[in-house]
Amino acid sequence: MRPLRRFFTRLGHWATRRRDDDRLREEIEEHIALQAAENIRAGMPPAEARRQAVLKFGAVEAIKEEYRAERRILFIETFLQDVRYAARMLRKAPGFTAIAILTIALGIGATTAIFSLVDATLLHPFPYPQPEQLVRVEDDLPGVGAQDVGMSVPEWHDLQRSGIFEYVSLAVYGPVNLTGSSQPTRARYSGVAPNYFALLGVKPQLGRTFDPEDQTPGFTLEVLISDGLWKRSFAADPGILGKSLRLDDDLYTVIGVMPAGYHDPRRTNEQRNIEVWAAVGFAVPGRTPPLRNRRRTGAAAIARIKPGLTIAAAQSQLDALVASLQKEFPEDYPLQSAWTVRLVPLKETVVGNARQSLILLLGAVALVLLIGCVNVANLLLARASARGREMAIRQALGAARMRLVRQLLTESLLLSLLGGIVGLAILFCTKGFLVRLVPDSLPRLNDISINWAVLLFALVASLAAGAIFGLAPALHAGRADLTHMLKQEGRGSTGSGEQARTRRLLVVTEFALSLVLMIAASLLLHSFWELLNVRLGFNPQNVMAVRTWLPEPNDPKTDIYGTPAQEAPFLRELLRRGRTLPGVEEIALGNRPSIPLNHDPTQSPLVLEGREIQSKQPPLVETSSVTPDYFHLLGVTLQRGRLFGEMDNETAPAVAVINEAFARTYWPSGDPLGERLKLSPEDSFWTTVVGVIADARTESLVESSVPQIYTSLYQAPSQGASKELVIFLRGRLDPAATPVELREQVQAVNPELPVFGAQTLNDALSASLSERRFSMEMVGLFALTALLLAGLGIYGVISYIVSERTHEIGIRLALGAQSRNILRMVLRQGLGLAIAGAAVGLVCALIVSHLMAGLLYGVRPTDPVTFAGVALLLIGVALLACYIPARRAIRVDPLVALRHE
Amino acid sequence: MKQKTEVPQGTLALMVLKTLDVLGSLHGYGIARRIEQISGDLLAVNQGTLYPVLLKLEQEGAIASEWGASENNRRARFYRLTREGRKQLQAETQDWQQTTEIIGRFFDLKAEDLP
Repeated sequence: MRPLRRFFTRLGHWATRRRDDDRLREEIEEHIALQAAENIRAGMPPAEARRQAVLKFGAVEAIKEEYRAERRILFIETFLQDVRYAARMLRKAPGFTAIAILTIALGIGATTAIFSLVDATLLHPFPYPQPEQLVRVEDDLPGVGAQDVGMSVPEWHDLQRSGIFEYVSLAVYGPVNLTGSSQPTRARYSGVAPNYFALLGVKPQLGRTFDPEDQTPGFTLEVLISDGLWKRSFAADPGILGKSLRLDDDLYTVIGVMPAGYHDPRRTNEQRNIEVWAAVGFAVPGRTPPLRNRRRTGAAAIARIKPGLTIAAAQSQLDALVASLQKEFPEDYPLQSAWTVRLVPLKETVVGNARQSLILLLGAVALVLLIGCVNVANLLLARASARGREMAIRQALGAARMRLVRQLLTESLLLSLLGGIVGLAILFCTKGFLVRLVPDSLPRLNDISINWAVLLFALVASLAAGAIFGLAPALHAGRADLTHMLKQEGRGSTGSGEQARTRRLLVVTEFALSLVLMIAASLLLHSFWELLNVRLGFNPQNVMAVRTWLPEPNDPKTDIYGTPAQEAPFLRELLRRGRTLPGVEEIALGNRPSIPLNHDPTQSPLVLEGREIQSKQPPLVETSSVTPDYFHLLGVTLQRGRLFGEMDNETAPAVAVINEAFARTYWPSGDPLGERLKLSPEDSFWTTVVGVIADARTESLVESSVPQIYTSLYQAPSQGASKELVIFLRGRLDPAATPVELREQVQAVNPELPVFGAQTLNDALSASLSERRFSMEMVGLFALTALLLAGLGIYGVISYIVSERTHEIGIRLALGAQSRNILRMVLRQGLGLAIAGAAVGLVCALIVSHLMAGLLYGVRPTDPVTFAGVALLLIGVALLACYIPARRAIRVDPLVALRHE
Repeated sequence: MKQKTEVPQGTLALMVLKTLDVLGSLHGYGIARRIEQISGDLLAVNQGTLYPVLLKLEQEGAIASEWGASENNRRARFYRLTREGRKQLQAETQDWQQTTEIIGRFFDLKAEDLP
């Protein structure tokens, strides 16, 4: 307590030190005057009286000094002095300062940029109140190997009544036709349970959200719209509330506008950017009541756990509930499917796979920063040997070692802080450009921004960097042997053996780190290359997919495309008109799941004939509906049986085509042709398998065989997500004109239909790789930077060694050494360092590559070719970097070198 | 230069506190005089060492100072004990007495006293 108080008083005095000096002088004078007066009274002559008084007082200057010391805050004063001195030193060596600051600036800038990305996705709390209470509820059937199969409506009601959750909410997704404006448009739509926004705890910027207690079956005919839609389609009309909106031919009333920057907590970019929300009762009057085992596929349940309950506690209560439900409804939950319900923190489900990539990126960029630090440390060491004499003299004159260490550390910290500031400045200037590099598919509910956390990170990173690269030179300075230094300095040669060792060690470290980065980058590049060259099983060249959406009014009776008989003529007309467009060689139609690589799997529960008992929990398979030409247009090959024809129409018996993976999975020994199945447990008719096609990577580039089943679009009435109709065109198409021409043709049939989402399959392919491409490019960029820095590092060290040995080389040359021998001698030294670095790096790279195994494709984490290749490349760069100083070494003129003495 | 007396800093501070406690407000010279009178030759030279001690005590809050007029009508800095200083003095006096008592007992110790 007392020292603290003294500190603050001193801090106060520090500002007023002049006044204090005056005060002391005055007090001293007064003291001496009083003493002299007393002496005079005792009978001394005045001059003697004053002399005695001064004597008695003691050494005035010493007392003043002591007085000042008592008042001082030593460390701040020395610190400021050090900073002033460091600034002067840096100004005196502008070249060194510029290089060091730039290296650090790049390192800090890049690290901070990646950190801001990590901050926005991983670290930033979910932008909802009490985000830790939010979970996603996933139904798993581990017995049949199915995960997240969706929840049935009765199960949803069970969960709501369970007392574990404050709210449980279901949501479904899909586009919706928004008509009424000049051009019918599609909006990203989500049907949510009325308690959805109460659960998330989000307030609208205008109006209100749905009433969480609303029990209306069907739709409430109220919608919320996003800020984006409000501004785009309604010119941010403040009187929007109460206005009507026509969605899929039904009239809805706008009751609120969500705030700008609000995103749904979902996995895909599409689902995060919903534009229209409607409240759904998940119970339709006049339709069959929902069955317990009829899962709403694609319906994702999210929940808010009761306050005070942890996720683990909620999970154990939930397990008990699941067990009792299984006892109560043994029919619906057969033991072999092993139904479980899992709570996953909502944030986890949003961030998902991105976590690994982001951590890899952060690790990579941190390595670059570290390599940059090592480089600067090397530069500092080189400078330290040049300043060795100065340090030795200062020490000889009595400077404490700690004091010198502190001063050098201050210098490094100043350097790193300046580097950090420059790095941040660069980041600020290039922010807009950098954000555009980030793929849309990267999940983030928060905008990437340079906020306080990011600034704090930059500060800490700068200070840490300064401490790392400043420590070695500083400690060296503190440990120098004075006599040796001073003597050596006189002789004109420099550097201690220990310092040279440290510098070599730093270069070895640098090489090891670069190798790790380069191997990571090569493995990612290799994976990417493998994915680009994977045998697709279909041909995406010259194919364009354009989408439209058949409205799905709430009253089935008003649906003009409700049955196959109603829809098929429309489809045929569309095909006929589409064929007439310029450049179109082939045309086919399909529903949404038929788009290759659309990353929106729609799985249907199937019932296989003869296995109804086992298929109480039916297998879930990707189902697409397509017109006959689809297979030929995509270049998928038929293996057995036949493809669809025009005769497989609405009046003919239902048929299906499956892929080989499907056949292998469900009829491993028998012939699937002629087997019958139901596409949904509620279907009244059987569908016959008529053909088997070769597996194609239409679901995911990474997986070669996902079971898939195709039905004839003429026979399958579109429903739910399959209301979306995709028009596939092949030919010499103009990416700008074709969608417009197609829109005219579609709207000539029905002017209410929107035409949107035109995309070539090549673009879709490339988009599906965007996240991988991003991390590959980033890690690649970092690896190149690391390589450059490592090259510079070894160049610096070898140059230094050469200049140190100029004298020796001169003598060797004078004694008749061949220049080839000298060259070899220098190169060998560099090579030794590179090989040592590579060896250490290979070991570290093995560890790292195993950690990133999840991000690799088609290449083993221990791929010997990559490891050997990268190591050789690195050694090659090292040799190149050593060659320049080596050349300088053999050009040494023995006469000059010897006279150098 | 051999000093006539070595005044341990803590002791001098304690003397200052006690002096101010007994005599109230005093200027630096007054304190020096008083300590000199009581302790004999202790502060006969190097009276100036008093001033850093006064500053330290003031920074610790044990004493406070203000300008006033001295007996020969000149500006002088007067020091007085604060409430905190009084507490400090009490605590230190007690410590001091305890210490001297213990040390005293050791000095009085004779071999035959030991069991």
